[in-house]
Amino acid sequence: MNGFLDTYLIPGAIMVGQSLLLLSVLLVIIAYLLYADRKIWAAVQLRRGPNVVGPWGLFQSFADLLKFVLKEPVIPAPSDKTIFLLAPLVSTVLALAAWAVIPVDAGWVIADINVGVLYVFAIASLEVYGVIMGGWASNSKYAFLGSLRSAAQMVSYEVSIGFVIITVLLCVGSLNFTDIVLAQTEGIGTSIGMPSSLLDWHWLPLFPMFVIFFISGLAETNRPPFDLPEAESELVAGFMVEYSSTPYMLFMLGEYVAITLICALTTTLFLGGWLPPVDIAPFNWVPGVVWFVLKLCFVFFMFAMVKAIVPRYRYDQLMRLGWKVFLPLSLAAVVIVALVLQLTGWGGVPMAG
Amino acid sequence: MILQSLFFYLFSAVTIAAAFMVISARNPVHSVLFLILAFFNSAGLFILLGAEFLAMILVVVYVGAVAVLFLFVVMMLDVDFVEMRQGFLQYLPVGALIGIILLAELIAVLAGVYIAPETAARVAEPTPPLSQMSNTEAIGSLLYTKYVFFFQMAGLVLLVAMIGAIVLTLRHKEGVKRQDVSAQVGRTRDEAIEVVKVKSRQGI
Repeated sequence: MNGFLDTYLIPGAIMVGQSLLLLSVLLVIIAYLLYADRKIWAAVQLRRGPNVVGPWGLFQSFADLLKFVLKEPVIPAPSDKTIFLLAPLVSTVLALAAWAVIPVDAGWVIADINVGVLYVFAIASLEVYGVIMGGWASNSKYAFLGSLRSAAQMVSYEVSIGFVIITVLLCVGSLNFTDIVLAQTEGIGTSIGMPSSLLDWHWLPLFPMFVIFFISGLAETNRPPFDLPEAESELVAGFMVEYSSTPYMLFMLGEYVAITLICALTTTLFLGGWLPPVDIAPFNWVPGVVWFVLKLCFVFFMFAMVKAIVPRYRYDQLMRLGWKVFLPLSLAAVVIVALVLQLTGWGGVPMAG
Repeated sequence: MILQSLFFYLFSAVTIAAAFMVISARNPVHSVLFLILAFFNSAGLFILLGAEFLAMILVVVYVGAVAVLFLFVVMMLDVDFVEMRQGFLQYLPVGALIGIILLAELIAVLAGVYIAPETAARVAEPTPPLSQMSNTEAIGSLLYTKYVFFFQMAGLVLLVAMIGAIVLTLRHKEGVKRQDVSAQVGRTRDEAIEVVKVKSRQGI
């Protein structure tokens, strides 16, 4: 019995505790990112934004949560009830599940698996199911057409995201997220005499890929200017038309978790994860997790600014951009990066010490 | 070890149950969703075997891409369930025959080791232990060295199939207005706008 306690119960309890901690911190961060999103959007449009609930409106997200939960969920009579309720759960749970492999600091990761990048890619490719199932189960023409539209969009941009990730993987030579971050301690910055600085990170040598990843991330998570799935002013709410109260909130939550995940991926793949921007005294005293959250917030700020500034794309332009511009560009980049790495012998994870 | 066998039985039981539901579910969309569940649990079985790369690829390719297309097609179909059940007995012999052949082949593959023990030596390429090389690296080094020819051939077959599908379905209609994006972007103010002085009471 003692062996059972030591081998299964205690490590299991620790794992559950870590996961719960990550989830609760993540959800609180998302509540405030949502608030920040609305505030930034308002500031760009010279409005005040949410400012009523709590000081400066700080509790707005929690008030919204309460409102959604207390409302009555309306389930359409001809809908497929099981799948109708399963769809929002799928989209939220999958988006949260991908966080298991994201390292927020050196060693601070729930599951440090060898195929971390593939795992995130697999989970991200499953997120389309929430959309398809939701649209189909609503048993409504509008919801179904909306789900086809957004599924096509998500599938298209996943391809270019995949190729961009491959270029990063080529530079690192590993599918493990911790290795990807560690590989960014050496790079261009080191060779020009600024070791372990922000010039070492992947965004500089892979700058075009960084831009493609950012834009594809916007499209993948249905953010403006690619928010064709919902486009509230023209196309009602796409696949979410029939959803109300808690199921709707779960869709929105899943969307924001996915956005935060893309921000975290950008941070890890291109912006050096938990590494400080300059490895000198005041900066490397700050714990890595703070740098990680700061970088994540910076990427999210760019997401929010894009939402506020850029007008919405037309659907055919969106498809053209994905298939005719980003796909050839990223495919060519994979070949070029592989060639450069082969000829110069750059890349790889530097040895510890 | 207890935990591993527990998960093995969990995954295999769910896989078999889901596979059974694929053929017995009345709604084809539910069938596809059960198929996805079966894929997912097979990926779990791969992870238990230590083949995490295959597990992830199974999820990315089959669940993330192939099953999405299945789902699209099945959702768009206008299926009449009464009509579908009518031909059931008529096709039963053919279906049973195909099923029996597949079963026999599967048994031959799995039991080959017992029938002809000398084939066992050829079955598996010895992979280096996990402590020396990760699963992904082992597959990569095998696929791109020893089996590179087969790998490229498989890619070529897929390419031909893809081009074939495009050739069969792409038709250029005459007289349809098409967008020329580069022309649209390259337009300047001088070519696009003409400023006209319109005289009063005369028009253009």
